[in-house]
Amino acid sequence: MTQIAVQADIEPLLIAGRAFGSRLIMGTGGAPSLEILEQALIASGTELTTVAMRRVDPAARGSVLDLLRDLRIAVLPNTAGCRTAGEALLTARLAREALDTDWVKLEVIGDERTLLPDPVELLAAAELLVADGFVVLPYTNDDPIVARRLEQAGCAAVMPLGSPIGSGLGIRNPHNIRLIVQDAGVPVVLDAGIGTASDAALAMELGCDAVLLASAVTRAADPAAMAGAMRHAVLAGRLAHGAGRIPIRTRAEASSPVTGLLQQ
Amino acid sequence: MTTPEDGGPFVVIVNGETKQVDTGTTVADLVAEVAGSPDARGVAAALNGSVVPRARWSVVQLGEDDRIEVLTAVQGG
Repeated sequence: MTQIAVQADIEPLLIAGRAFGSRLIMGTGGAPSLEILEQALIASGTELTTVAMRRVDPAARGSVLDLLRDLRIAVLPNTAGCRTAGEALLTARLAREALDTDWVKLEVIGDERTLLPDPVELLAAAELLVADGFVVLPYTNDDPIVARRLEQAGCAAVMPLGSPIGSGLGIRNPHNIRLIVQDAGVPVVLDAGIGTASDAALAMELGCDAVLLASAVTRAADPAAMAGAMRHAVLAGRLAHGAGRIPIRTRAEASSPVTGLLQQ
Repeated sequence: MTTPEDGGPFVVIVNGETKQVDTGTTVADLVAEVAGSPDARGVAAALNGSVVPRARWSVVQLGEDDRIEVLTAVQGG
């Protein structure tokens, strides 16, 4: 079944001219161990995965970078934890130096309680990073106007949240996600809030080009099984989006012939 | 407290912690110590808020009260 689905979705995800066979971008936060993360990443089929930048811990054992290299998964550094444009710029520059990539998932949050993006600092950071030559993928609110401003600033994609990071609340404002998709001239990646497979499928049905998730998989009881579910959900949602769903009706529409019924 | 001009040792701040170093200590010396290996793959360093490119680690010497950040990729996000 997997093979059939994969062949049906032959159109790759294109971001900044780079093609990805999988439309599922994975995060790495929350995994109980590198071994479990490895199983989940394999099951997800992802080709692009995000990592955070932190002070070197001399006691740390094992490296997520080695894991991604071994799995041939492209690394997408993020600026998780940054609160200002200046912090995000320095973090991104350090990531570029450390990881030899100019791609960055730009994250500038307003506070620790909600982890919601600070749109003012985010836009300022996006402008700085684009000017500095980065391929910028900003994590943003589900606000169509902010998404448009980020695109105008030169971002290579926009990544609206479905709901707060790690909440598992799914997509709280599908209408706004649809508006963002309709207006966007760059790929739209649903980022954050996914709880289960139907959330990922919905994101794709709404027309998103990809889904980025971490907690839904890494904190699931069986991360590898959930990763497989997400892989199929993203494919299913993508196929459904392209297949042209039936209109929603308020009353039944017979699927059997209405003539030729027996008469008694 | 002595200073680099006196011939050291002097104090710098490495990843938020104060540390005494000798005059002539370079970014490369500190990175090797913090990262546990001289090649420090996947590691980047900033000095007083600016990235020091890897190629310059061995020529940039530290001064008193310098702030050095040594970062790498970890699980997150």
